[in-house]
Amino acid sequence: MKKITVNNNIINWEENMTITRILKIMNYTFRMLVVKVDGKLIKKNEYESTIVSPDVDVKVIHLISGG
Amino acid sequence: MNKKEFFSAHDPKIVPILQKAVIGIAGAGGLGSNIAVSLTRAGIGKLVIADFDKIEPSNLNRQQFFVDQIGITKVIALLENLNMISQFTKYQVHEIKLNEENIPFIYKDIDIMVEAFDKAKMKTMLIETWLTNFPDKPIIAASGLAGWGKNELLHSRKIDNLYICGDEETDLQTGISPMAPRVGIVANMQANLVLELILKEKL
Repeated sequence: MKKITVNNNIINWEENMTITRILKIMNYTFRMLVVKVDGKLIKKNEYESTIVSPDVDVKVIHLISGG
Repeated sequence: MNKKEFFSAHDPKIVPILQKAVIGIAGAGGLGSNIAVSLTRAGIGKLVIADFDKIEPSNLNRQQFFVDQIGITKVIALLENLNMISQFTKYQVHEIKLNEENIPFIYKDIDIMVEAFDKAKMKTMLIETWLTNFPDKPIIAASGLAGWGKNELLHSRKIDNLYICGDEETDLQTGISPMAPRVGIVANMQANLVLELILKEKL
């Protein structure tokens, strides 16, 4: 079974796996996110069109108001 | 007071490195005003600070301003206060609302960016703009600092050139507001990381 890493959690890779799908699997419902795949920034309008390969390292950072 | 007197409590080896550093601060509120005060005391060579807001009474609960500065633009008041701390940091302040277009110009000559906004949407905008335009320069952001207590949840985390300080979980909501101690701790975690990034490679 092929895998990917999301914030240090290892999950199963799927065919045509988008960022939107990953966020759903991880149950990340935050509105303000920064997403990086193997170090590359993926902007919000690219979540649906970006398809990840097996073995990628995905980092999702949740930005919270307050300062 | 001369420069030697001001820096007499510093390790002499680090002073020239600090004095060469140029640091950007995006926002001059709870995080930004505290970061600026600490980096000024640390002896950073130049700070580039931008904010468009004016000081309101409610800001005094956590921001480095005073009663007689209410109504003044934050960057102008901060400039006054920083000048009272040290003449050995240069201050460049911009009274402007930052956006995707002006950030790359205002901050084109800095070594490290420090995110100091209040709203999550602005934090995200700045990080995306920074990573797109200056992928090789570090950015230090804050996320999750509202409320009180829970010291043990505060941490910093590195994702390539992006650093996050805070608890990454406490959101603003009824009953949970930003307060001086926790905002000050996270602001100083950001300032402390600035020093680490500047000094660890050069010493």
